[in-house]
Amino acid sequence: MSAAASPDRAVVVGSGLAGLRGAEAMRRAGFTGSLTLVGAEAHRPYDRPPLSKHVLTGAVAADATTLPSLVPLEAEWRLGTAATGLDRKNARVHLADGSSLPYDRLLIATGTRARAWPNPHEGRLAGVHTLRSREDAAALRGALAAGQRRVLVIGGGFIGCEMASACAALGIPVTLVEPSATPLARVLGTHLGDVIGAMHAARGVEMRCGTEVEWLEDDGRGRVVRAHLAGGGHVETDLVVVALGAVRNTEWLADSGLGADAGGLDCDADGHALDSEGRADTRIAAAGDVARFPHPLYDGRRVALEHWGHAVAQAEHAGRLLAGRRPDRPYAAVPTFWSTQHGINIKSVGLTEGADGFVIAQGSPKEGRFLAVYGRAGRCIAALSIDCARWLPAYAAQVAARAPFPPIRGATDQPADLAVLPPGFP
Amino acid sequence: MADATLLDQVKDPKNRADPYPIFARLRANPVSRQHDGTYVAATHAAVASLISDPRISSETLPPAKRPLTGNPFTDWVVKPIREHITDTHRPFIFRDPPDHDALRASVMHQFTRERVQAMRKRSDRLVADLLNEKCGAREIDIVDDLAYPLPVTVICELFGVPREDEPKFHGWATQLATALEPDSLDDDAVRAKNSRCFDAISAYMAELIAEKRRHPVDDMLSGLANESAPGIGRMGQYDLIATSILMLVAGHETTVNLIANSVLTLMRHPEALERLRAEPGWAPRVLEEVQRFDPPVQFRTRKALAEIEIDGITIPEGAPVVLLFAAAGRDPEAYAEPDRFDPDRHDNRHFGFGGSLHYCVGAPLARFETEAALAALAGRLRNPRLAGTPPYRPGAALRGPQHLRLAIDGIA
Repeated sequence: MSAAASPDRAVVVGSGLAGLRGAEAMRRAGFTGSLTLVGAEAHRPYDRPPLSKHVLTGAVAADATTLPSLVPLEAEWRLGTAATGLDRKNARVHLADGSSLPYDRLLIATGTRARAWPNPHEGRLAGVHTLRSREDAAALRGALAAGQRRVLVIGGGFIGCEMASACAALGIPVTLVEPSATPLARVLGTHLGDVIGAMHAARGVEMRCGTEVEWLEDDGRGRVVRAHLAGGGHVETDLVVVALGAVRNTEWLADSGLGADAGGLDCDADGHALDSEGRADTRIAAAGDVARFPHPLYDGRRVALEHWGHAVAQAEHAGRLLAGRRPDRPYAAVPTFWSTQHGINIKSVGLTEGADGFVIAQGSPKEGRFLAVYGRAGRCIAALSIDCARWLPAYAAQVAARAPFPPIRGATDQPADLAVLPPGFP
Repeated sequence: MADATLLDQVKDPKNRADPYPIFARLRANPVSRQHDGTYVAATHAAVASLISDPRISSETLPPAKRPLTGNPFTDWVVKPIREHITDTHRPFIFRDPPDHDALRASVMHQFTRERVQAMRKRSDRLVADLLNEKCGAREIDIVDDLAYPLPVTVICELFGVPREDEPKFHGWATQLATALEPDSLDDDAVRAKNSRCFDAISAYMAELIAEKRRHPVDDMLSGLANESAPGIGRMGQYDLIATSILMLVAGHETTVNLIANSVLTLMRHPEALERLRAEPGWAPRVLEEVQRFDPPVQFRTRKALAEIEIDGITIPEGAPVVLLFAAAGRDPEAYAEPDRFDPDRHDNRHFGFGGSLHYCVGAPLARFETEAALAALAGRLRNPRLAGTPPYRPGAALRGPQHLRLAIDGIA
């Protein structure tokens, strides 16, 4: 029941939000052994959401994002030292500096990194950036503050949209290129993606949807000057932000025998890591972006979620688990995320994946404030609020309860027809 | 079968001093139907669910009733205009989205950090001055000497109401706050009185708004009268009047009770008072616990826009729904040892400021005013003792002592 009385060694690989909160949860749950946190980045854990928002506009400095510690950790920090391998037989984590750490309990929270531009030469040109780390944000902030002729954002996901929003706020001309018909098409579908696209266009973002950047041209001295689009046409630019999503940091687990690939590290319902045969290794748990776990809300389908709140909640679950507290129920927090674009608050609960319809339950897209509910096979699976987050909790409860879809009728400010529309996923 | 008169008992003045045993009986059913067709939500889970349910409406006021007077000008010109104001331009506490959200956003836009910070400093000074005035006294009435004057001055200064007019607001606010008591809506005499009071305060506000348009200064009313929040048009004249009245009334009636309930609770928990004296930084936790333990807004009434199924009960369309915040605060399913006053508890998800769409706009003000009052009282009152049992004000929804007299050995 309680944590082992004998002194033992816990290692947390990954020093982001999930690693920190997981380590704290272990301590809070009574783990008294030695604790080591390993991080590829040189910094103490910091918060990422501001990096693509307030840091870009200069409202917050990149290095002012350090996360507060909620519990005294009494931990050893191995920062700036990536984990390079996991030897489960000898229970050791190998580090980039050639050393290794023995463990009795291991939390894997290595997260993700930005997907690089596929052409490495072009990706290394001056003026070509990605946005994931504090350094990335600081470099982009510096470039934006210096003034740019035109910023090109490649990719209309959340990071791309937030980047475009920051440029618009700074009055810097910006073009966003997205291969789907609308931004956020994969998450919201093209129907509501179109609403978001119109919102960006109305605030001066040049939206180039339905096309791709084929190659980046440099000035002969290693600096990007132009992006060439599929089907002809080009964008003159001096700053390119590659926002093509994230890649999970699982390569270091390649020889560990764990079930890990580019989609994440497999876990069981408790949060223990699974080996490639599907057997749980009860000394190891995973949390955050890297963990692919069966979600009870989605019929046990394995999902890996890149959400801030999930990183916190799952890390707390995993930390308690490693400290020897058996969970009374599997981790089942309803996924949530938020974004801010052009001062508009976008918030969502649940997962829209596989939705076969959605309704505008309250408000109206025309007025720029609305709440949409996504359904699949007659059940509510996700809800999205645009500038009306206070309406969301009621729908979160419906998603958590897998309530019948279409949802609540008779709500305030509800359209008369409550028509079920196709979301239009690409 | 549950007792369908429990809400009547809550409203009965003889139970005003301690309605909590009745709340415990109400909690036996998460939602229960009362004999008059009102539904009462009494558990934490039921209140939490209904307060954010989009089928729950705040548009609960019936149309204004103004009897004909026989004077053709009053009956055919003035009356329709007044009814236009009171029926279609109600304050946003009585309105639903989308209007509610737009009005609220306009107010929030004026509730700037700078204004709040400035008033926070100011309220520390006001508390010190009010206590200095009582220097040498052997008795203090927490309500009349502190809890009442502090919030009035804060909200009037924030809005830019001239100091000499503050006393007028005492009368108006006390009268208008009765509109939040459910039975007041059925009482023609109360409604007539409210209606006259509303006319008086409306006329006053219209004049003050005109002045703020002619000579804008840095206060909230000037801001509301002359500026607009991003994406929202400037507030119309009628909405502006209704909103200002709401802010002025809500800005002080509830805070009076929060301060008075807090002090009364501390007097009944001497160990907590002792700790606060040694540790003034504890005041925020004390007031949050009072919001759970003995909140100034005990309940609010809403209306079901559609049938709502909850805990095996169907609330019919159109039914009044009472959200019993004070009962939810003592729910043993939500809180360990709910009847114990424990400012250090970590499970405090109280409804003291309501919740969801209508969450108290003025919560930051109520918090710093109460913090300032509690820290100063604990630090400066010498040997305070309750002087008799405090009498209660009439309201069951907005509940608090009428007077709270403490015998003291002086003020430091």
